[in-house]
Amino acid sequence: MIQSPYIRKPASVQRVMFTVLLALTPGIAAYVWQVGAGILVNLAIASATAVAAEALVRRLRGRPIAPAIGDLSALVTAWLVVLCFPPIVPWWVTVVAVTLAIAAVKHLYGGLGQNPFNPAMVAYCAMIVAFPSLMSQWPPAGGLDFATQLDLILGGARNLDAITGATALDALRTGLRGAESVDAILRQPPFGTLGGRGWEWIAAGYLAGGLLLLALRVITWHMPVAFLATLAATAGAFWLANPAQFASPLFHLASGGAMLAAFFIVTDPVSGATTPLGKIIFAAGIGLIAYLIRAFGAFPEGIAFAVLLMNLCVPLIDMKTQPRVFGHRRGKSP
Amino acid sequence: MTKRLHRFKGGVDLDYHKAESAGVPIRSAPLPPRLIVPLRQNARSVAHGIVTAGEHVLKGQRIGEAEGVLGTAVHAPTSGTVIEVTEHPMAHPSGLDTHCVVIEPDGDERWVALEPLDHRSIDRQSALNRLREAGVVGLGGAAFPSHVKLGSGTGVDTVVINGAECEPWITCDDRLMRERADQILAGAAILSDLIGAKRVLVGIEDNKPEAIAAMRAAAAAQAAPIEIVAIPTVYPAGGEKQLIRVLTGIEIPHGRLGTDFGVQCFNVGTAAAVHRAFALGEPLVSRIVTLAGNVERPGNYEVLIGTPVASLLELAEPRADTDRYILGGPMMGFALPDLSVPVIKGTNCVLSASPTLFPRSKPPLPCIRCGECARACPAELQPFELYWFAHSRNFGKAQEYHLFDCIECGCCSYVCPSHIPLVDYYRYAKSEIWARERETRAADGARERFEFRNFRQEREKAEKAAKLAAKAAETKAKLAQTETAPAPAPTEAAPQSEDDAKRALIAAALERAKQQKAAAKPKNTEDLSAATLAEIAEIEARRKALGLSEGDAGDVRPALPTLPGPTTAATPPAPPGGDPEPLAREDRP
Repeated sequence: MIQSPYIRKPASVQRVMFTVLLALTPGIAAYVWQVGAGILVNLAIASATAVAAEALVRRLRGRPIAPAIGDLSALVTAWLVVLCFPPIVPWWVTVVAVTLAIAAVKHLYGGLGQNPFNPAMVAYCAMIVAFPSLMSQWPPAGGLDFATQLDLILGGARNLDAITGATALDALRTGLRGAESVDAILRQPPFGTLGGRGWEWIAAGYLAGGLLLLALRVITWHMPVAFLATLAATAGAFWLANPAQFASPLFHLASGGAMLAAFFIVTDPVSGATTPLGKIIFAAGIGLIAYLIRAFGAFPEGIAFAVLLMNLCVPLIDMKTQPRVFGHRRGKSP
Repeated sequence: MTKRLHRFKGGVDLDYHKAESAGVPIRSAPLPPRLIVPLRQNARSVAHGIVTAGEHVLKGQRIGEAEGVLGTAVHAPTSGTVIEVTEHPMAHPSGLDTHCVVIEPDGDERWVALEPLDHRSIDRQSALNRLREAGVVGLGGAAFPSHVKLGSGTGVDTVVINGAECEPWITCDDRLMRERADQILAGAAILSDLIGAKRVLVGIEDNKPEAIAAMRAAAAAQAAPIEIVAIPTVYPAGGEKQLIRVLTGIEIPHGRLGTDFGVQCFNVGTAAAVHRAFALGEPLVSRIVTLAGNVERPGNYEVLIGTPVASLLELAEPRADTDRYILGGPMMGFALPDLSVPVIKGTNCVLSASPTLFPRSKPPLPCIRCGECARACPAELQPFELYWFAHSRNFGKAQEYHLFDCIECGCCSYVCPSHIPLVDYYRYAKSEIWARERETRAADGARERFEFRNFRQEREKAEKAAKLAAKAAETKAKLAQTETAPAPAPTEAAPQSEDDAKRALIAAALERAKQQKAAAKPKNTEDLSAATLAEIAEIEARRKALGLSEGDAGDVRPALPTLPGPTTAATPPAPPGGDPEPLAREDRP
């Protein structure tokens, strides 16, 4: 029996996942700096929930628990769930969402590597449909101190108007409904130079982490570039057609979860397309659908729904975009 | 020397570990006490042994004759006495036995009379035959007969000489290029002449600057158009298809030959062997083997074919914690099941492996579809898809995704973060597909034989019937002759119906049987003692008492014993041998 190769690159799933967690830290740091340390509490709650859910389900499935916890993939899911959610969401929302992501979305389909849908995005969509108001309460950057955030997370009474403002995307949507022009809206308090005030820095942090992932070859350029380019191009087309009614491409790139999605969510290898061309189609599809939902849909942020819709198309995309193999290029063989 | 190089996609960077064994000049391995020379030289051909035990042979004397299209001759690697011709495990992952000539060296190393030959003085076919008779095969590992590679060649304008040596640890080609560059180039020129090529490109990975320098110096002294090209060091740049791609830009798909694209590739060692076969008249009886890995004294040795690996390893002094020995490199080699196997023409390296040097692989995790394997694959496959199909035994789909384009270089397994032994899955899938194809072929063959059998039986029946009819007619005629007047044939004798013929035949047969019965005597009834006769009489009496006539006594058989328990009763007894197709078996040649 041949068992070569006898040497292995020092690579592991654990190392991949750890790199992803590491790449999230600039964004998280910016989050803490701009919005407050409440996010750290949520991250801790989510991490503990993820590990517990993973262990529980592995036990129910009769599989060894240690390697599954050790691969850190549950932590990545947990962190992404938290980073998509409002930072002052009550603790039980986080617990329910992470449990749903790990136990149902990941393990009901067979565990690591088997899930057709992005667990964090399913969790987000489920929660925003189930608890629309809790999932829409975003504090303005620097608007709440840590004690208030902690109190809210732990289930304190919510005096909504006092503590939360609309996000940039939300404000834009509401403003446009009120027939104000984009320019007028963008001069209002939630808005900074590019997108939501303060949130721009967080987006920059995600961008930095994403570039790290690219440099370390954990992800390839195809998905972030295709996603951001399509989002920008679609936004740009509408903006050029009617600047009073549609926000600029830069606003869309810097707002909501665009940067987080581009480098950390769209790029999920398990539920995404795998061929080079397939990755581009997949990510471009997300960019397009996300914009359409943002501009015309019922939700301010459409990335999560776009990701799930494109997850559905992955088998088809992969099947139709198989690259030519060595020696089988068209027009090359005599 | 400003050749534009092409690239192949994928590949990996490795720790090459070349320095350990590349620094020491090639030494001759001492004569082992026994040489075990396999007559099988590749997967598809075995030489026909022409020596018997007790015979004395000279170095280079032919001991096996080339047979078949892919056959090459086998020679005694040294002078000595043939001890036996026997089955011995071969240097193959299976460790299966093969026919081997065992020679005890006499220590004289006395050559047969060698006849140098200028390939230009003879026609091409004779020259190819010289290579066949000299046992020259590819020394890069596959041991494919060189004359076959050359034989298919018309319209080849480029000969590629492979000095890339991309596998880690192996340095036999490196040392050969440093020390015998002129031999390689002379051989390359012969190969080029024989195949009618216009140019020779020698590809050497740029991690071997000394070899490149030596080869360039030797090339400068040559008149032939030989170009030494330094290529980037990327595993597997030494794969034949990858090297051809890098040097010429041509991509040879799976199942096609280089000659179809005007290019043919030979290893540097092969080129040197070709040179020796002509210039010195020497058949291929030795090769350079790298001894490296977990050893005290790594290096390269000129080793006689047939040297047992165990006696070769003594030269390198493997360290105490060595747990396995790998034949070939760490990327594509295999662990030896048995150290008594002999070095063969394709053996380029024996690596001593220790748990620290080559750690056992960790338990695999699920595939996360990260695509690392696809980025590393030099055949530009989607290895994780193939893995998925092989894992679920969806072999048709695996073939659709070009499973057979996989060159088993090991890059995908090397990079996989989930530690999945991907190549093992492809090897498994390939062998399953081959086995199924063999089965289909066997089934087709069996069906054809069965159909022919039916046809034959029908034919025989028809023939028999015809014969019987003829015989019946004859008998009838005879009967008619003997019973002339008194008993005339019961009317209408003229149109002899078939029934009559049959009836007559049956009557005749019955008559014969009656006569035979009368003539036959019951056996074992003569010379019986009085006591026995009495016993028989007693038994007969008892029988009569029981009301059994003599006739049906033979039909009384003991009742079948009741099968115990419902489980066994439910299972019909399996036919002997368990062969579900007794017909097919019977018809097997």
